[in-house]
Amino acid sequence: MSRAVTRHVTGGLAVLVSAVVFLVPFAFIVLQSFKTGQDSATLKFTWPVDFVLLENIVTVFQTRDYMLITAFINSTILTVLSVSIMVVLSAMIGWVLARRPSRWNPVITFFILAGLIVPPAIVPTAWIMQSLGIFNTLFGLALIEVAYGMSFCVLLFRAFVSNIPRELDEAATIDGAGPIRLFFQVGFPLLKSVIVTAIVVQSVAVFNDFANPLYFLPGEENATVQLTLFNFQSQFQTTWNLLFTDILLITIPPLVMYIFFNRQIVAGMTSGAIKG
Amino acid sequence: MATLAPPDSTEAVVTVPGQRPPRRRYANAMYPHWFVLPGAAIFLVLFIAPTFASFYYAFTRWTLFDVEFIGFDNFVTFFTDPQLSKGFVNTLIFGGLTSGLKIVLGLLIGVLLTSEIWARGYLRAVIFFPVLVSTVGVGITFQALMDPYDGAINQALAWVGIDGPGWLTDPNLALYSIIAVDVWRGVGLAALIYMAGLVAIPQEYYEAAKVDGASGWHRFWNITLPLVRPATTTVIILSLIGGLREFQLIWVMTGGGPGFASDVLASVIYKQYAYGFFGLSTAGNVVLFVVVSAIILPLFWWLNRKQTDL
Repeated sequence: MSRAVTRHVTGGLAVLVSAVVFLVPFAFIVLQSFKTGQDSATLKFTWPVDFVLLENIVTVFQTRDYMLITAFINSTILTVLSVSIMVVLSAMIGWVLARRPSRWNPVITFFILAGLIVPPAIVPTAWIMQSLGIFNTLFGLALIEVAYGMSFCVLLFRAFVSNIPRELDEAATIDGAGPIRLFFQVGFPLLKSVIVTAIVVQSVAVFNDFANPLYFLPGEENATVQLTLFNFQSQFQTTWNLLFTDILLITIPPLVMYIFFNRQIVAGMTSGAIKG
Repeated sequence: MATLAPPDSTEAVVTVPGQRPPRRRYANAMYPHWFVLPGAAIFLVLFIAPTFASFYYAFTRWTLFDVEFIGFDNFVTFFTDPQLSKGFVNTLIFGGLTSGLKIVLGLLIGVLLTSEIWARGYLRAVIFFPVLVSTVGVGITFQALMDPYDGAINQALAWVGIDGPGWLTDPNLALYSIIAVDVWRGVGLAALIYMAGLVAIPQEYYEAAKVDGASGWHRFWNITLPLVRPATTTVIILSLIGGLREFQLIWVMTGGGPGFASDVLASVIYKQYAYGFFGLSTAGNVVLFVVVSAIILPLFWWLNRKQTDL
């Protein structure tokens, strides 16, 4: 039975280490968000003197004229819009790349890799958006997120499609389906698991993105959730308890998504991205 | 990730004309080229075009009002300014250290979580947690935890009688503290990629090795490590790309400070952009582009050449 013992000891040790390394920071966030301003100002890792989480939440929402609500709406629109465009267009590209060998494939592959590797040039991008009239608009930012996230999705889809047998395609073709129907009625359902993976990964990435809104969507009425964090930090003083309450609130959507799709992410990753 | 996939998925690797089995012509019509166009249009206009434009504007003095061609001046400024050479070196340190640590720790955790240990489900969930909190949130949290006086880390150290350093206020330490946080945040993804690779290794190999009397360490060294290579390639490439370009975490935690001790190319680029020195900022972009390409491309080629076939 020594193996069972080892298993439990290793497991127990791992749980202990993970608790210190991963749970403590989260416990810290939660504890601070329960505290009053004075209590949280010391930054000490202590039990709250008074529990005022509800008051904190209300205050955070009220700050700057309910800016957080606007921000949540903006972030939701941005995420839904950009991820849906990204996933559909990337799936189409991945589908054709994997199914149809052509002279163009190396060229397209080169661009995909460039999309992963090349750091985006901020100023020229802002300038091009300005001339297209989409600078400082939610729609423009959504397209930016699409452009930056597409490479990852295409690679994911292409790897996945190349492992799907073609029999179904051929059957659908014989039944008289056109390319569009073939893709949406045969391809899309087959890609379901990897599509969920892409949606979850990219939604979390877009929702948590802070740099791109900072560059391409300045201005308060356009704030996304990440930028609301700066409401509680000024040069002179930081209201730590409200700051951590805000962090807690804006982490809820990604967390819910993760809890729901945890298995799917792992399944999609294992089946698509890296086949050993 | 496809090109990081092994060669057995024939379509995933770049194919050479003439090597493919001929397909019937009608089949190609089912996968029309125009499927690529809408995505390509967005990508070309908002990503490729600005990149090409940056190669011109890097050689200009570009402000809100006018653009003036000044040749290599921006690059000279870039490399003679001590702040800049610092950012350059820091970028390499940051990228190298974060990806190295993510590989070692990610593989270790991956092996642990694919073995039969107690509380595996809980561990898999918790390791992925930091990915969910935004970079800004993580940065702010660790700013508080790393506070030199009351921060939880130094409080814990004081408990055992160690006088903790100023993690983010000591110029020699700041960059390394941010590196630690970045690894903390990214190791879950690395472990996930490794788990995917490890699960795909056929168990027969291990059984055969056991029969031959190979020890656990031998089995790891001679079976796991070579066969998990595709995952290693993926982790190296992804974490290096991310590490060399990292901006958000550094920006939130130290703003490149104290002084410019923890500045990297990405934060310098943003600072120049914020000051309105668009030309200088764009030159920084070009430098970063060259650095990332010069590191990633050879590495990519080398790693893909040495793929192990299952």
